[in-house]
Amino acid sequence: MPSELIKLNKICKDYINEEVVTKVLHDIDLDINEGEFVAIMGPSGSGKSTLMHILGFLDKPTCGKYLYKGKDVSNLTDDQLAEIRNKEVGFVFQAFNLLVRTSVFDNVKLPMLYTGQKLDKEKVLEAIKSVGLLHRINNLSNQLSGGEKQRVAIARALVNNPSLIFADEPTGNLDSKSGKQIMEILQDLNEKGKTIILVTHEQYTASHAKRIIKIRDGTIISDTIVSERLIAKMENELTK
Amino acid sequence: MQIGDSFKISYTALSAKKSRTFLTMLGIIIGIASVIIIMSVGAGAQSLITNQIKSMGSNLISIFPGKSDEAGPPSSVMGIINTSLKRNDLKALANINNVPHAAAVIGYNRGIAAVTWRSNEIDGTYVGVDADYPIIEDAAVIDGRFFTQEENESLSRYAILGSQVNEDLFYGENPIGQNIKIKKTAFTVIGYFPKRGTKGFQNQDNLIFIPSYTAQKLLLGIDYYSMLRVKVDLEENIEQTINDIRVTLREQHDIDNSENEDFSVRSQKDALNVMLAVTDALKFFLAAIAAISLVVGGVGIMNIMLVAVSERTREIGLRKAVGAKRNVIMNQFLIESIIITLFGGVAGIVVGATFSILIALIARYLGYSWDLVVSINSIILATSISVIVGLVFGIYPAQRAAKLNPIEALHYE
Repeated sequence: MPSELIKLNKICKDYINEEVVTKVLHDIDLDINEGEFVAIMGPSGSGKSTLMHILGFLDKPTCGKYLYKGKDVSNLTDDQLAEIRNKEVGFVFQAFNLLVRTSVFDNVKLPMLYTGQKLDKEKVLEAIKSVGLLHRINNLSNQLSGGEKQRVAIARALVNNPSLIFADEPTGNLDSKSGKQIMEILQDLNEKGKTIILVTHEQYTASHAKRIIKIRDGTIISDTIVSERLIAKMENELTK
Repeated sequence: MQIGDSFKISYTALSAKKSRTFLTMLGIIIGIASVIIIMSVGAGAQSLITNQIKSMGSNLISIFPGKSDEAGPPSSVMGIINTSLKRNDLKALANINNVPHAAAVIGYNRGIAAVTWRSNEIDGTYVGVDADYPIIEDAAVIDGRFFTQEENESLSRYAILGSQVNEDLFYGENPIGQNIKIKKTAFTVIGYFPKRGTKGFQNQDNLIFIPSYTAQKLLLGIDYYSMLRVKVDLEENIEQTINDIRVTLREQHDIDNSENEDFSVRSQKDALNVMLAVTDALKFFLAAIAAISLVVGGVGIMNIMLVAVSERTREIGLRKAVGAKRNVIMNQFLIESIIITLFGGVAGIVVGATFSILIALIARYLGYSWDLVVSINSIILATSISVIVGLVFGIYPAQRAAKLNPIEALHYE
C-alpha cells in the first residue's frame, strides 16, 4: 500500500486585485500517493497552474488545508515554504529557466547551494548523468538545444533527490522528438519511484501519466486512472 | 549557501556587465579619491601653515596696532593703517617693572625700495627693526655683526643683508664694509645672514635689515611701528605676559577698559589657532562637497542595482523556486553593491593617494615645507564610507529582490 504524500482538503484560492476578488479555485479535494504520475489538465484560465503552485509550495491557499506527508503546510511562512521546495520538490518549467551564460554543471548544482550544506559534486554529476548530458557538462546554457536545456532542468530538479517533481508544460517549447525524450525521462523517473505531477493541456503529453485530473473553472471535473494501453493507442494514432 | 558562493554569483553577475559595473564604480572612485585628496591636501596645507608659524618660535607675542576680534585676524592684516604703536610704547614694554617676563622687545617697519650697489640694482624689501632682532627671531649673522641699540638711536645707516639679497647684489663678493643705496640713501653693510628660508610666510632671505629709527625717520617719514614683538623668557609665562602687555599699553594710551583697546596682542599659539580654525573650516567644507559626490555615487549604485533586480527578475524567481530564502537573495544583492563600492573605494584610495603624492611633490618642488599626509585614518574612513554607501544604497534594491513573489518573477517577461 503506497503511503499518502499529498492531501488537499477544501482548498480554495482567491486573487484580490483592486478590490475585485477573483475566485480561482473552489473547494478542491485531492489525494496523491507516493510514486504516482499525475497529469493535471485543463484549458487556460482553468486554475491548473494555480493548483500546481499551491501543490508545489510556491503559493499559499486562501482557505482549506494542505497536508504534506501528514503535516499541515497551509500556513507556513515564505522561508519555511522555500525550505520545503528546496528539500522536497524539483521543478521543470516550460521556459526551462536556466541561468544564462552559466555552465550545465553550475545550473544543475543551483538548488544544492541553498541546502545550507557543502556542495556534493558526485550528486551533481549523477543528476547530469541521469539525463545523459555528461558530455555537455562544461557547455554554457545558451549553447544547448531546447531538448538539452530541458534535460538540464530535469537534472537540476533531481539534484537534491526530492520526493516530488513538478513539470509545468515541460514539452511546450520543444519539438515532438525532444518532447518525447523528455516525457520518457519523466516516465523513467516515475518508474524509479519519484512522484511526478505534470501540468499540461496536451493530450499526448498527459497520456504518459497514470492518472489524469481534469480541471475547469477552478474545480476538478474528472479524475481517472489511465490504463497502460492509452499511451500505446495514442502513439499508434500519431504514427498513422 | 556558503558566503563564497554568494561572492561567486555576485562576481559573475558584475563581470557579465563590465562597462556598466565600471561606470557605476566610477562615481565611488571619484568620491573616495576626492575625500582622500582633500584630507591629504588639507593636512598638507595645514602643516605648511603651522610650520610657518612655529618656525617663528613659540615664545613670541606679537602686538598689532588697532583693535580686533580675538578670533579674527588683526585689522592691520586687512590693510588698515593704524598709528597707535609708538616708540614710547616699546620702551614701556621693555621696562622690567611693567613686563617682567619680557626677554626682548622690538618694533618692525617695512618698506619696498630700489636697492643699488655700484651698477647693480634690485627691488628690495627693507625691514626696520631694533637691536634685539637676532634674539627675537633666533637669527645670527654669518659674517659681520648686527647693529647696537645705540647705533639705532643715533640713526646709523647700517644694513644687514638676507642671503638672497647678498647674492643678487654682490655676486659672491664680500659685502662687509660696502656701501649700498636704499631709496637713494647710502647704507654701509655690516653683516649678512645665512640662508634662513621662509618663516611666518616671509622669505627671510629677500630682506634687508636696517635700524628702526633710521627706517622711520629717513626712509618712511613716520613715527609709529607696524608691529611689535615680545619674546617671553619661558613658555609658561606667555599668558601672564600677554596680560602685562595689555595693562601697560592701556596705561600708555589712557584706556580704562579692555573693550576700547586700540591694539591687539597675539601669541604664536593664538595665531596658530586662528589659522587652524580657518583651515579646518575650509577642509570640512571641501570634505562635505566630496561627501556629496559620494552620495551621488551611491544613488547611481541604487539606480543600477534596481535595474539589475528588474533585469534578473526571472533569475530571482528561479532561485526562490529552488529554495533560496529571502535573506539569501537579499545578501546576494547587497554583496553585489558592496563589491562595487568596496572595489570603487580601493581604486579611489589608490587614485587619491597618487594625486596626493603628486601634489606634495609639486608643492615641495616649489619650495614649500609640505607634509605628505595620506593617513591610515583617512584610508579606513574612506573604506568604511564606501562600504556604508554600498549598504545604505544597496539595501532598497536588495529588499525589492528579496520580496519578489517567485511565481510572478518566474513569469516575468
